[in-house]
Amino acid sequence: MSRLTDAHVALAKEIIGRYPRPKSALVPLLHLAQEQDGYITRDAMVHIGELVGVTSAEVYGTATFYEMFKFEPVGKYVVNICGTMSCALMGSEELMHHAEQRLGIKAGGTTPDGMFTLEHAECQAACTEAPCLQVNYRYRYRLTPADLDELIDDLSADRLTHEIPPHGTVAKVRQHIASHRGVGALAPELVTESPAWLNGKAAL
Amino acid sequence: MSTTESHNEAEIVIDPNAVSMTINGKSVTARKGEWIIAAADRTEDFIPRFCYHPRMESVGMCRQCLVEVEGPRGPMMVVSCMTPVAEGQVVRTDTDTVKRAQEGMIELLLANHPLDCPVCDKGGECPLQDQAFSHGPGESRYVEEKRHYEKPIPISGLVFLDRERCILCDRCTRFADEVAGDPLITFTHRGNNTQVLTFPDEPFASYFSGNTVQICPVGALTAEPYRFKARPWDLQQQESTCTTCSVGCRTVVQSSRDEILRYQGVDSDPVNWGWLCDRGRFNFQSTNSPNRLSTPLIKTESGLVATSWTVALDETARVLRHAQPGSIAILGGARGTNEDAWAWAQLADALGVDMRDAQLDDGLPAEIFGYPNATIDDACSATTVILLAPDLKEELPVLYLRLRGAAEKKKIRIIEITTHDSGLTRYAWKSLQCEPGHQAETVQQMLSTPEMQEQLGRGSVVVVAGRSNLAEAAHHTMAVVDTIATTVSQVSVLPVLRRANVRGALSLGLAPRDSTDAATILEASANGKVDCLILLGADPLSDVPDADLARRGIAGARHIIAIDTFLNNSSAHADIVLPAAAYGEKDGTTTNLEGRVTNVAQSITPHATSRPDWMIAVELAALLNHDLGILTLQDIQTRITQTVGGFDGLSVSVAVRKNGVLVSVPPISPLQVHHDAAVKRNAYEFRLVVARKLYDQAIGTAMSQSLAALAPGAGVFVNPHDLERVGAKDGSSVRVSNTTRSVILPVHASMTVARGTAFVPFNQKGVDIRELLQTSNGVTDVQIANIS
Repeated sequence: MSRLTDAHVALAKEIIGRYPRPKSALVPLLHLAQEQDGYITRDAMVHIGELVGVTSAEVYGTATFYEMFKFEPVGKYVVNICGTMSCALMGSEELMHHAEQRLGIKAGGTTPDGMFTLEHAECQAACTEAPCLQVNYRYRYRLTPADLDELIDDLSADRLTHEIPPHGTVAKVRQHIASHRGVGALAPELVTESPAWLNGKAAL
Repeated sequence: MSTTESHNEAEIVIDPNAVSMTINGKSVTARKGEWIIAAADRTEDFIPRFCYHPRMESVGMCRQCLVEVEGPRGPMMVVSCMTPVAEGQVVRTDTDTVKRAQEGMIELLLANHPLDCPVCDKGGECPLQDQAFSHGPGESRYVEEKRHYEKPIPISGLVFLDRERCILCDRCTRFADEVAGDPLITFTHRGNNTQVLTFPDEPFASYFSGNTVQICPVGALTAEPYRFKARPWDLQQQESTCTTCSVGCRTVVQSSRDEILRYQGVDSDPVNWGWLCDRGRFNFQSTNSPNRLSTPLIKTESGLVATSWTVALDETARVLRHAQPGSIAILGGARGTNEDAWAWAQLADALGVDMRDAQLDDGLPAEIFGYPNATIDDACSATTVILLAPDLKEELPVLYLRLRGAAEKKKIRIIEITTHDSGLTRYAWKSLQCEPGHQAETVQQMLSTPEMQEQLGRGSVVVVAGRSNLAEAAHHTMAVVDTIATTVSQVSVLPVLRRANVRGALSLGLAPRDSTDAATILEASANGKVDCLILLGADPLSDVPDADLARRGIAGARHIIAIDTFLNNSSAHADIVLPAAAYGEKDGTTTNLEGRVTNVAQSITPHATSRPDWMIAVELAALLNHDLGILTLQDIQTRITQTVGGFDGLSVSVAVRKNGVLVSVPPISPLQVHHDAAVKRNAYEFRLVVARKLYDQAIGTAMSQSLAALAPGAGVFVNPHDLERVGAKDGSSVRVSNTTRSVILPVHASMTVARGTAFVPFNQKGVDIRELLQTSNGVTDVQIANIS
């Protein structure tokens, strides 16, 4: 699809300004791209490479490390059902089976209407609340198949938009970091004094 | 006895950087900061390795080079490619623990590596195969299904990637990033599926991609021109020197069944550090081309027809015998060996030929060698390097690698004076953009700023000087080189004339006499003053920037004798064409741009009836009753060392050595440099920059099937703002015109081109930009009009 929009380019430049080296902003900018299109487009990677001064191949190399960056279109809601020990013991397999039947897709697939992508996930660190899942990385705990049906109904009817924004949205609330609070444009090799908060206790 | 001992002790020089250590009980002297593996490489104890490469940064990726080092808590395992030597260090590479570790690593690497050695091109010269035998466990406990990927996938037109074979050593990706500066391949999908890939659907379009194939320690990367052509044990090899350009990279030429199949780079410390560019590496295909000239050709009413050497040489001798005194001219010679150039110069002397030039008006005058000379190493260790040269990445790629590396490591500061962004612009300390014809102003300004004065005063300065713009007369560059050479102290010049042996040919007797250079000769020819024009591997119709002059010169010559490997634009007009032996088909020596003489070796028999240039000269001399006293190549080499200043003391056995030997060029008459005022613009908006790209229609590239398609094709590149002003779209056609002529070219926007200039690559398929060049004016101004 597309390169970053003008508004996102402005934001990208602000983000780049927070780091001593432009390429440090790579991952935040990839999030921005994913937020824009729901997944990371080829053109967006080219654009980000131009913005931070690295080749598209380097952007791709970094981006593909992260499971949560998608390179193909995914549904508006990405449902990750945990399948690790606690959840498995508490019925995540039945949950997955139910979800597959209900949505008519296999794990890894996307519904034809582009609403749901179903994924199998490893431990989501909510073992006490097993079985759990995430919708666009927002938790749902101790689910029964009936809970799952209700969740899917709500999502299909867009009744949870206040809580669960479309896939890719990093946060509902944007943080603004004033330039004086950023890391600053000083490259590490140029730093000669230890940070003030160390109070002179440690030398660099 | 005791006297002798104390005498010896007095001679011992203590090197502050020396470190004494032991490897397997044997004492070794190493240099401070060196890695253990590098120190061990000077002993007989081989430490197995995959990722370590002496010309790249260590990454400790493969863990195969584990050794034991004595520590305070007993022996500990370290990676020898990332552990520096230390005084008193005790290293063991042969203990049971080390062996277990090495065997374990091999077993791990082979867990997913396919055992397809019998059908793998690397088999027989594969570090993984060899080290699996020498340092492996012999058996694997791994019985599961191996990892599978689609194999092999092309990552460029030249390189194929088989990810199943890859052991993730980071050599190719490190090379691309660190050495070539083209990080177009990288590790992707890091984790269990880590694999080397390019950006999707974007080729690994690096001019240096072939090196990744050479340094790949497995068969993951293979080069298209060599795939499935031979097995390593069937190859015969000769160490030689690449003669694609004048850098003179050391190579090994590998052949089988009398056919050249591959070049590999050889690490020559003062020159190429083991690297080659793709053009040099793969243009051996042209040697094997079916289009090579096989027999002499002679002009008849029905065009050029094949004839015998006897007839052709007799006829050539007849033409030369009947030529008016002073009406024979020789153009070329820079493509051959030193011996070829010298023999032809001898024949020229015998015939009283004054019109000779090894260049084709597309370089710089031979006087450039008159300045104190710098070597490549001098340039890479200078305090300041001033670039007044064409884009080295395009014309002399391995010199670009060396300078780029030196600038990246902050060893040198590059000041670039250029008309458009070059490959080195990113690495330059200062890049001063100037309009063609205004170099003098820019240099004057540069020399007058305190910052520059301070920088230039800090130490040695090397001026890298070459013809950066074919749309501009050479004297602009010469004038500024002269200005810098006379104003700056500690300055030396590295001339970057691009043809392989141009320096040798100019030094050995094919330099113009009394400023009668190629342009003057062609003008004389156009005026009917040349009875016989000898083209010694030269193609004026393709290479002389002034196309009109070349045409008139070729048309005006009464007879043309061409000695060449292919029938080219110019030799097609010849009366007699003599087929010449190509690179790899003859022995001899060549001189690189810094004056380093190295050998070129014969690997295969010359194609069909072709023979070396020197042999043709000697035979012609004999037919013309001039005994040159030469029967063999050795005779020539003896005579060169005896008679040519600078080459004395040179022997072929020295030149055969990897690093060759530097010759000093005989002094050339003092410079007569014109310091013209900057050329004012006419009403035309764009000043033209014409320069070569690595891949063009040069015969060696065009006749190499793997390279021919890489030439970008004709086009005009302008700044995006200018493109908008012209009102054209990227890729649409525009009319480019000077005061008398116009051509139609596709236009492209490029940020690398300065506003008000237009860049057109030279000698590309499609439109010949030379039609617009007006070098007699000093510069060329053109108009660009949108016609779509």
